[in-house]
Parts: sequence; C-alpha cells; structure tokens
Amino acid sequence: MAKVKSALLVGVGGQGAILISKIMSNGFMKAGYDVKQSEVHGMAQRGGSVSTQVRWGEKVYGPVFGRGEADIMVALEKMEAVRYAEFLNPDTGVAVINDYAIKSTTIASGAEEYPEGCIEAMAKNFNTIAIPASDIAIQLGNAKCMNVVLFGAMCDSLGCPEIDWEQIVAETVPEKVRELNLKAFRAGREAAAKAK
Amino acid sequence: MKHLMSGNEATARGVYEAGIKVCSAYPGTPSTEILENLPQYGEDVYCEWAPNEKVGTEVAYGASVAGSRSLTTMKMVGLNVAADPLFTAAYMGVGGGYVIVTADDPSCHSSQNEQDNRHYARFAKVAMVEPSDPQECKDFVKLACEISEEFDTPVLYRTTTRVCHSKGLVEFGERTEVTPKPYARNTRKFICAPANAFQNHPLVEERLKKLEEYGCTRALENGLNKMELGDGKVGVVTAAISYQYAKEVFPEGTSFLKLGLTYPLPMDLIRDFASKVETLYVVEELEPFMENEMKAAGIPCSGKDKTGVMYELNTQLVRERMLGEKPNFKTVDDIAVAKRPPALCPGCPHRGFFYTLSKNKNYVVTGDIGCYTLGFAPPLNCMDVCICMGGGFSAGMGMAKSFEREGVTDKVVFGVVGDSTFFHSGMTGAAEILYNGGKMIPCVLDNRITGMTGHQENPGTGFTLMGKEAPMMNIEKIFEAYGYAPVLTVDPQDLKAMKETVDKAVAALNNGEHPAIVTRRPCLLIKRIKQPKAMCVVNADKCKSCKSCLKVGCPAISMENGKAFIDRTQCVGCTVCAQACPFDAIEMEEN
Repeated sequence: MAKVKSALLVGVGGQGAILISKIMSNGFMKAGYDVKQSEVHGMAQRGGSVSTQVRWGEKVYGPVFGRGEADIMVALEKMEAVRYAEFLNPDTGVAVINDYAIKSTTIASGAEEYPEGCIEAMAKNFNTIAIPASDIAIQLGNAKCMNVVLFGAMCDSLGCPEIDWEQIVAETVPEKVRELNLKAFRAGREAAAKAK
Repeated sequence: MKHLMSGNEATARGVYEAGIKVCSAYPGTPSTEILENLPQYGEDVYCEWAPNEKVGTEVAYGASVAGSRSLTTMKMVGLNVAADPLFTAAYMGVGGGYVIVTADDPSCHSSQNEQDNRHYARFAKVAMVEPSDPQECKDFVKLACEISEEFDTPVLYRTTTRVCHSKGLVEFGERTEVTPKPYARNTRKFICAPANAFQNHPLVEERLKKLEEYGCTRALENGLNKMELGDGKVGVVTAAISYQYAKEVFPEGTSFLKLGLTYPLPMDLIRDFASKVETLYVVEELEPFMENEMKAAGIPCSGKDKTGVMYELNTQLVRERMLGEKPNFKTVDDIAVAKRPPALCPGCPHRGFFYTLSKNKNYVVTGDIGCYTLGFAPPLNCMDVCICMGGGFSAGMGMAKSFEREGVTDKVVFGVVGDSTFFHSGMTGAAEILYNGGKMIPCVLDNRITGMTGHQENPGTGFTLMGKEAPMMNIEKIFEAYGYAPVLTVDPQDLKAMKETVDKAVAALNNGEHPAIVTRRPCLLIKRIKQPKAMCVVNADKCKSCKSCLKVGCPAISMENGKAFIDRTQCVGCTVCAQACPFDAIEMEEN
C-alpha cells in the first residue's frame, strides 16, 4: 500500500469522466486508502478536452502529477488518449481506451481531420486495452452508461484485487439506474478480459 | 468519519463551522462552488450572489462592521474589481471576523491572465492565509476569522485552482456560535475621512509587526505554520499547493517550513529555520513572492531560478526542476492530434446573434467575459476585443470615438455583454455611451442565467442563491430609463427577426437615435425551464454540399461522405442551421 498510484481520466466535456473518478474514490476510501482527485472546471465544459486525475495510497500529497507518472490512463474518446499519452508511464502504465471517435469543432468545420490509427499507435507504444464501450452501452439501451462500461474494463488494471468494485458501483450510482450500470460494469469487465 | 470534498466544498464547511453568518460573492472560476455549497446549511449562514465582486466585498464588510463574522469570495481578477473597498477596509479594520477569498488560476485554465494575488496582501497590508488541501481549507477559515478579530484586519484567503478543485479527505468539526458585542457607532474607526485615514496608517504598520510575531509563535501552536525538521542538509520553505508537491518529491530527511500565514512572513522563524539547514530552497508557484521577501531580509535562498515564474507546478515538474530528475515519458508523434477547443453548445441562444453579425464584415464587436466570448472563435469569427466584464460597452465606446476621429465611417460598433455582466458592470458603460454620445449599439445577450461559471442566479433571473423568489430586473426598462430608444428585444434563434432587428438598430443609429438590443432566450441547460426537444435532420437529396450550415459553428454538424450530417446525440433542434441552409435541406423531426 505504500506507493502512491495515479490514474488519468481523459475525454470530452460531458462524457461522464467524473462518475468514474467518483466510483474509484469511493472504492479506495472504503479500502482505507488516502485519496486525492483533481479536475478542472469552467471553459473545459463546453465540448473541450477534459482530464481528471485520481491518486491513492497510504498518504497522498500532490493532487496533480505530470508527464510519465500515470499508472493507468482511461480515455473515453480515442484521440484524447493520444493527446495525453505523455502522462502515461511508458514502462508499466496501462491505457484503457474507448474505441470511439468524437469530432471536435475544428474537424466538423473541415479545418482539421480526425487522425487514423489512434488505437494502433497507442498499442504500439503502451500496454493497451481497447474496447468499444460506446457500442456496448448502446446495446445495453443507454449510450450514457459508456463511462461505467469503461470503468468495468479498467478496474482489474487498478491493482486492488481486495476491492469489490461491483459492490462499489452499486453503492455509487443512483438507485433507478443501478441495474443498467451493473450490466454495463460486467460487460466492460468481460470485454477487457477478452481484449487482453 | 472522513468526507471526500473539494477545497471549495471544504471552505464552505469551514464557513459554517467558523460561525460566519453573512456571505456575499460574485461567481468566478475557480471560486464559485464555495457559495454554491452554503445554502445546505440553511438559515445558519446567509449567502447571496451580489451583482459584482466590489458589491460582495462591501456587503460582507458592512456585516463585519455590524459585528457578524462575514466572508466574500471571488476569482483573482474579481479582486481587481473589489480592490477599492479592500484597501480602505485595510485601514479601518473590522468588527466581526472578515475574510476575503481570492481564488487564483495558475496556468489560466479558465482565466484571462495569470496574476498572483499574493501581491494584494502586501499592497493592502493585510494578513494572508493560504490553505494547501481540503482539510486546511476548512480548518483555516476559523483561524482566519480569529486573526481578523484579534489583529483588526481583513484576511485575504488565497487559494488556487488545484486547491479549490482537488478533492481530499476532510474531518468535520462542530459549528462555533459567535455572539457579537452589541452594535455601537464608531465613526473614528469606520469613516474613511482623511483625518481618520492619517491616524489609521500607523495602526496598520503596527499591526503588521504584531502579525509577524504571531506567525513566529502562536501560528506554530495552532498549526497555521509548521516546521518539520529532518537531517539538516536541505530545507524547503513552501506554502499552499506547492507544499504538497514538494513534500511528495523531496527525499526523506528534507526539512520543511510550511507556511499557512504567508503575509506578513514570519521572518524570525524563517531565519531560525535557515540556521538549521545547509541549503535553503523556496518552492512556490508563480511569482517569487516569499523568496524576494526572504532575500530582502538577508536570508540566502533560491528556488525561483529553477521553478519558473509561469504556470502551475505538479509533482513531476518539482521533481525535474528542483531535483534535476528528467521525466520518463513517451509521446505518440506519428498521430496528428486535432485541436479540441471549447465551443458554444448545440442550441446555444448566442449562436444566432453572432451568426447574424458575422455576415457583415463592417460590424465591429466588442465583447466581455462569458460563454459568448466564444463568438470570437471560427467559424463565427465575430469579436474584435474582449478585456473584462462590462468592458464590451466601454471598449466599444472608445473604438467608436476613435473611428470618428480617424475618419473611419464604414464601421458599426456593437458592444456586447451578458445579462449577468450587464448588472456586474455593463450598466455604467451603458450610461457612458448615452451620456457621451457614443455612436454604437449596446447589446445584452440575455440567456436568463450566469452561464459560463455553471448557472448562478443574478438580478435578472428572479431567484436568489438561497432559492427564494426575487424581483426580476427588467433590462429593457433600465435601458429606457437611461434614455435609449428604440430598445429592441428579439429571439436570437429566429434568424430573420435577428437580422431585421440589427438592420433596424443600425438605421436608427445612422438617424441620430440611441438604439439598444436585448436578445432573449434561456440557456438550454437551465434545469427549471423545460424546453421542447426536437431534432434536425439533413435531407441528403436536397443537400447541395454548399457547407452554409457549417458557418453557424454548431458542434453537431459536419460533412459525411460529401453531404451535411447532423449528430443525433448532440442536436437539440434549435433550427439555426436549417434557417441558414439556402436549399431547405435541413428538416425538423418532432419527438
């Protein structure tokens, strides 16, 4: 428990990265870890690129880490994984990526192009798990639970086998969407096990 | 039991526990959530959104004069607006404990500059307290109130984005009920007449000496300042978020002097600490605020030559710059990552206004701070200058006067503010334009809420922070009372009406009249207003691929396989793109 571990969650404003960080923090707190979590509000919410950091360990000081320091990176959108790749530890880090593209306004207006091969490039450089979390969520009947699908995919890479993540998800999400989110969680976990 | 809270949530809890009874503020990232988290404490804490930071600072000061503990909050540029009452309150002192929270934003995540507001403490000669994590955010509010009352000073409570928005574990305490002495008039103290100011200045200087002594002694006992001695080789003087980074990064055996009371600096304590270590570093974000003071006091130290004066720090940067350890990281260079700037949301009411003005290249648009600042961005490209809140009217006035003097006759100036910034400081600019004969058109983009900071009430919305109904100020009537005519109100989502309104206003201006425009449509994200939902779809047979619809700058529209395409997960059916389409190729789908 001594070493502080760090996770980076990236995506596009409004995708629901905050719920993932909430589930993680709840689990770590219950297991007795010290937790710090950092996010940026304001301009970033208007469809911009967003990132959240979660750190846990026996005692966590800094709420914000830098390049090469993430043990795990979760990308809710695949181009964002590439944008933030420098934060991932190149030797031991794991990238968990939603195989899904969201065009930015510069791409929509034709000023730039959406890059090909984001996931392949990540996999070439890092230990990468890519799953179609958005497609899985749509199949489950609600595109919004993509974040919990992705959390299911990442939870076994957090290195905390003592935490019952399914139970934590059940406790963290609102009651009326509990069943949906539990299905999403299990589907994501399964998909990640297959993708490894 | 410990609670996971952001620094701002914890500060709000601290307000409650410190027995503070009156809070007034204007929203601003990263400070906003402090006041937003106060209504949960019910009638124990009165809290309100003021029209601007100066008003909030004065309201809280008045409450302090009357005897209550009080607090105001703002983002760092807000203190520029509130500097006037701060500097004089600094001379007059306080009644009840008086705390001014300034939330700085290193790295400009959501801000227009990177000013280091610690300088305000030295400039105004007031005490400054800086928490470094959520627990301290809560605990230090009470200590700040006690310092304020004992030393008769406003206390600047300085946080930064990462202190405000980082979450950590917080242990709660009980609320202290504070009963003020019965109010009695004290003109010698609270009237800022020159003779009183003259007498107050020596008290201010005396106060700083006493505060410095407190910082060296009692502040060590109550945890505000902390000395952690190691093996005596390396010592680090640090404060606020930088302490957390330094504490994590420097090797075991390093000594720390961690300061919570950072102005005035406890120089004897620092000198004592310096004598216990071989090498002394200062680790602080932005300006060499502590380092310069220490050097001026003859204490050899360094740090700023390594940490730099720009942008926020983090664990890796402190490790690299202070310890010389290069980071181990990889970038994926063979992929050209596209930019992802923020944009006006699909269905944003501001879009129609900017789209309409963007059609005439002779229109000059002077804006201010809010979601609508994004009107500057491509493809709308519809703003010339944006300096600060309320500045849209007054900067426009200056441009119009310059055009007149320089013989520029083909430009028409539109000054733009939002509903919240109209009340913040746009009204004074509106008076200026009419009074001094400005040839320009003031426009208020009224979306019924303070939008960019995450939806706060303002004098135009009809509700207060505590959820009570309030008189709804009428912007048109205010313009009319000033003497503007015609005052034109329009739904900006109706592009035909929007264009007619602009044309009418320009004609009136050229006719020597004084037109003003109010565009009104609520932000789609306001929860209490139910808005009809619909969807726009492209009829691919009618689409001629002319890309006219892309010019409205909606994130939901792009080209797919040579035809316009609307993303169903983003579209809200505002129809601005449909109105912009010259071939009627975009159709409504009701649901």
